[in-house]
Amino acid sequence: MALGAAAGVVGTFLLLRKRALTADALSHATLPGIAIAFMVLVAFGGTGKSMLGLLLGAFVFGCIGVLFILAIRHTTRLKDDAAIGIVLSVFFGLGLCLLKIATEMPNGSAAGLQGFIFGKAASMVSSDAMTMLGVAVGIILITGILRKEYTLLCFDEKFSITQGWPVLRLDVALMGMVAIVTVIALQSVGLVLAVAMLIIPAASARYWARNVTSMLIVAAFIGCLSGWLGATVSALIPRMPTGPIIVLICGFWFIVSFIFGRNDGIIMSQLVRIRLNRRVAMQHLLRAMWEAIEKEQERSIFVEAIVSKRSWNKAFVERQLRRAKSRGYVTKRDATSWCLTDEGAGEANRIVRNHRLWEVYLINFADIAPSHVDRDADMIEHVLGGDMVHKLETLLCTSGSLPSPHPLGAEVQT
Amino acid sequence: MNWTEIDTWIVIIGALCAAGCAIPGTILVLRRMSLMGDAISHTVLPGIAIAFLVTGSRDPTAMLIGAVVVGLLTAFLVQAIQTLGKVEAGASMGIVFTVLFAFGLVLMRQAIDHVDIDPDCVLNGAIEFAWFDQTPGGWGIPRGAIVNGIMLLANLAIMIVFYKEFKITAFDPSLAKSKGIKPAFMHYILMTMTAATAVAAFETVGTILVVAMFIVPSATAYLLTDRYGVLIILSLLLGAISAGLGHLSAITVPTWFGYSGTTTAGAMAVAAGALFFGAWMVSPSQGLLSRFLRKVETKAHILREDVLGLLWRIEERNKGKMKSEDLSQLFGVSSRKVRVALYRLLKQGAIQQTQSSWSLTSKGRSRATALVRSHRLWEVYLEKHYPQDTHQLHHSASRLEHVTTETMKQELGNADVDPHGSPVPGDE
Repeated sequence: MALGAAAGVVGTFLLLRKRALTADALSHATLPGIAIAFMVLVAFGGTGKSMLGLLLGAFVFGCIGVLFILAIRHTTRLKDDAAIGIVLSVFFGLGLCLLKIATEMPNGSAAGLQGFIFGKAASMVSSDAMTMLGVAVGIILITGILRKEYTLLCFDEKFSITQGWPVLRLDVALMGMVAIVTVIALQSVGLVLAVAMLIIPAASARYWARNVTSMLIVAAFIGCLSGWLGATVSALIPRMPTGPIIVLICGFWFIVSFIFGRNDGIIMSQLVRIRLNRRVAMQHLLRAMWEAIEKEQERSIFVEAIVSKRSWNKAFVERQLRRAKSRGYVTKRDATSWCLTDEGAGEANRIVRNHRLWEVYLINFADIAPSHVDRDADMIEHVLGGDMVHKLETLLCTSGSLPSPHPLGAEVQT
Repeated sequence: MNWTEIDTWIVIIGALCAAGCAIPGTILVLRRMSLMGDAISHTVLPGIAIAFLVTGSRDPTAMLIGAVVVGLLTAFLVQAIQTLGKVEAGASMGIVFTVLFAFGLVLMRQAIDHVDIDPDCVLNGAIEFAWFDQTPGGWGIPRGAIVNGIMLLANLAIMIVFYKEFKITAFDPSLAKSKGIKPAFMHYILMTMTAATAVAAFETVGTILVVAMFIVPSATAYLLTDRYGVLIILSLLLGAISAGLGHLSAITVPTWFGYSGTTTAGAMAVAAGALFFGAWMVSPSQGLLSRFLRKVETKAHILREDVLGLLWRIEERNKGKMKSEDLSQLFGVSSRKVRVALYRLLKQGAIQQTQSSWSLTSKGRSRATALVRSHRLWEVYLEKHYPQDTHQLHHSASRLEHVTTETMKQELGNADVDPHGSPVPGDE
């Protein structure tokens, strides 16, 4: 659980810094470190079971792996992806070779080492758990203190350089913390899946949080929850490996966030789009009615007249009219004709005015042919805010280019 | 070490597998999608596990279909999460493949009773035992060799059919689009190829090391050549060499320390890594070491030319003698470098030693004349086109004189005196 929280916190910055898969390479690169540490320990007469020694080896090799990635990226024409892939696979291969040799060492028992690859939370003893807890709390504290620095680094690296932050040292510190988290994650989720603990909670949190602080908290919470649920599930159901279960639960949270999330979640973004489409359709309807009224000088218009204004079909127009009616913009005169209410007329006036102001602006300032402006203005009119309209008015008045090709419609006082 | 028929077959299988992987690998590296290869090779696992659960046997066709389907699903999900969910590409891959891999592990653990597959095989592959797994009527050819051989041929066939398309999409996707090649179609062909190859290689080297076979030989080849065709052939060769080297070192290196041997698959990855490291250092055009040596050689060359120029000017003014001790101070380099430069010039027959001072031979004099001529002409040219401080002028000309080509000489034209008033020596 503590691990989940720490991983969530560090992972947030890792994700924002777009370094997600570097952590993957790092975790794979720890394997030779573990094997070598084991061999050294055995060679000095131990059983090779000292957790601290093994983790130290893992940490050192994780860092070497990251250094290799940086070196390959900076001194060859290969890009990040190839550098990560090379380091990941070659180090892992080396690790496997060494591990095989380690199992043959005379007085060590290397049986537990395989556990690092896929994780074996069950084999942990309480002192290990305490170490993990301590490290996790430490990491959360450090990230908390350096929160402002890392936020700036993630969003505007150049600015933080000009501000005199030690960017390189901050980056190194971040990767160092990633290495530590990976190393303590090795025992529980294994090195293949350690990267999931870093990325997934952070990626899920992004769908809920509006700023970095809340993202950190949500990520920590999701990591924590997944860790706890995973451990519980694997304890309750037989033959359920802990590491993969934790990752699957993380994945479940990600799917939930991906679909229901507040920012950019699928449902939310569809809702936003539908709402925008509706508003656009409504505004088009009102403008079409206004223009028809303006031309015919009649209060009421036939549905056919509206349908002919745009590439609409009758059913669509009638549906829009019913929606407009429920908002009180239009009333039904008889079976086939409708008219604008006062409120509807006011709204329509405003829309038409925006449309035509923009047309004038395009003709005068963007040199667009008068026959083309209608369509261009069509797209922008829906997003013109109040102050934008005001700016347009002042601009057009001072340059003396009012009135427009069409009468603008009365200025609406709101 | 005793090399047996089994070892030969291991190397053949490994080489076929590595060569098969190298073909999609080249495109993955060039299109900067190496990690897609990583992601797909991980997600082959759930595909295989599902195929096992459904059919209950190790039927290769079912395995292939299962893995290809899940591989394509991976490619699709990564794309979907990236575009719909606005997640950065790397993170989106990380999410998809870890979750699917975890799913595969859980499935495997659940199915362990009726399926003879274990995590060890996932990691290491089973190339050591491949020889014992023979198809009936296979003329003694192990199944692994047949599977990987077929995969290699299939990949080669796809590569030959779509050579031009792959080449264009790899280097310039927008040009490909304008030529009517559908990038999405090529993308999924590549993904299918990758997934199928990953399945074939799965039994040989295990899921995680497949990526070594995909990326490392191709990346190595990319450091050695600029031509796409050569790149493919080189990666095929490098892949095969890593297999041979890998197995050889797997059975020999540990014995030096008294152990019986190590896993061939892991050693193959390490061998590929070693080849990459070699190319990284000594590749003629890209290598760190060769670039460093080139830089050193250029510097030494410039120093030698500077020495010649100095001797020429001493002759011109007809005063002073050049001693090697003064040189190191004058040019700001170590006395060792000056000694090397003088020695090389002496060997080239450009200078001679009289008492304790140096002077030009006639051969050296003509070289020095050309050098001083180009120096002074540069000064004239710069003065005319880029007016600047005379001291600065000398510095710019000192740098340019060493890199003046024939065409540049023609462009510089002719002049009698340089801006400092010294005569420009004639062309010989």
